[in-house]
Amino acid sequence: MNVAEKVIEIIVREQHIEPGKVTLDSTFAELGIDSLDGVSILFALEEEFKIDIPDSVAQNMKSIRQVVDSLTRVLEGKDVSDLVALAKGGAPAANT
Amino acid sequence: MRRVVITGVGVFASTGKDVDSFFENLLEARSAVCRITRFDPSALSVQIAAEIPDYCPQDYFPPKRLELLDYFTQYSLIAAREAMKSSGLEVSDEERPRFGVVMGTGMAGAHTFDSGYFNLYAKQATRLHPFTIPKIMHNAPTSQICMEFGAQGPSLATSTACSSAGHAIGAAFHLLKYDMADLMLAGGSEAPITYGTFRSWESVRVLAGGNGDPARACRPFSADREGLVLGEGAGVLVLEELEHARKRGAKIYAEIAGYGLSSDASHITQPTVDGPARAIRMALREAGANPEEVEYINAHGTGTRLNDPTETAVIKEVFGEHARRVWTSSTKSMHGHTLGAAGAIELVAAVMALERGMVPPTANFTQPDPECDLDCVPNQAREKKIRTAISNSFAFGGLNAVLLVRRLD
Repeated sequence: MNVAEKVIEIIVREQHIEPGKVTLDSTFAELGIDSLDGVSILFALEEEFKIDIPDSVAQNMKSIRQVVDSLTRVLEGKDVSDLVALAKGGAPAANT
Repeated sequence: MRRVVITGVGVFASTGKDVDSFFENLLEARSAVCRITRFDPSALSVQIAAEIPDYCPQDYFPPKRLELLDYFTQYSLIAAREAMKSSGLEVSDEERPRFGVVMGTGMAGAHTFDSGYFNLYAKQATRLHPFTIPKIMHNAPTSQICMEFGAQGPSLATSTACSSAGHAIGAAFHLLKYDMADLMLAGGSEAPITYGTFRSWESVRVLAGGNGDPARACRPFSADREGLVLGEGAGVLVLEELEHARKRGAKIYAEIAGYGLSSDASHITQPTVDGPARAIRMALREAGANPEEVEYINAHGTGTRLNDPTETAVIKEVFGEHARRVWTSSTKSMHGHTLGAAGAIELVAAVMALERGMVPPTANFTQPDPECDLDCVPNQAREKKIRTAISNSFAFGGLNAVLLVRRLD
């Protein structure tokens, strides 16, 4: 199973979404995933892949493809600073 | 002055998963105390609790919703649903800003704390689930009930240990009385049956033993009482301004006519006579009731060495000669001490006593204690058309809450 398949599997499981409805092109908005759901998915991804996803990267994930791309880079130990730069001024994950 | 009535009741407790079965079991003096099943209690000196039997959360909530609900919030929602259903209320969009919620809890999300910290400390987890905070917070029941029923009016949570629900209902009563709302859901919930909570309570040395015979472990007012038994559950009542209730032809269970509260300012665990007595007097004064009018007291009656004689002295102090005549029972003998839910579950018991003309007993009574020489309605329910009752809640920390209910007719 590659990263994309694993991400989709986790989102289907965590969000109780019908399998098949989540594709690489789905956006969180389309899937009804709000900011609190988002942090829950991040938690599951971190647990699954045994990694830390920096807040600055997490804030930029708005679609499945973005999740998979960012995750792949983190997993490969690649520089994610361009993603961080994009995320400047992004909305916080949840209201406190 | 605006008057406030109770037009809906809901209970989810060890002794019954709805008001009818709950009250019937109380009248039959059936204790729900049993060996703990929520976790393996073998290592504990006290291995009993009043658990809600065969509880299956999936029967009440879809999976995604459930992920955000600790047990204490689940119980509060289930009790709130029954209260709303029994009230027959259909709240319109225009009414929502005048419809609020006040819920109490002592320990809040104990299950979530327990399992989260287990992962953190024992299993060396480096992160906790992001729903931990929204699940454990004391206002989770209030907020979840607001969301489920669209209550947009004055809403808050109370946390005053064993008086939490009493204070919640009292606060809701005054929001209605002082014209800040027309409708309120109020009560309390608690889910304290976790390993960590039991270890904490065990060391206070107030829990009854009784591992060999759990159902008889809690014996309030008896000379051989050994302590309290922890219980779980929730109670929720619909409170409504009298004219609002009349206009829609609502069934009125009782008027909530008086609320008293006070602080002992004395000791963090030992109760005083003066503090609770002042709370009872305040409730009587607000209701314009003479002490002789009160026919039933649902006592705090924990079954500890210290509470029961102190509460007896309190009742004698306030009611004088009448103290020996007023029926004073502790239903904690059956549903255990539900801490932050106690004031609500027990107010429902008092309201149903008015409604049905039957007073629930103190179960497991064995022998009188000269220091607890009230008529505690030992072991047998009694039939009487009573008009006025009070419900006592006295908390660790010396914060007391007393509610007075009265039949309207």
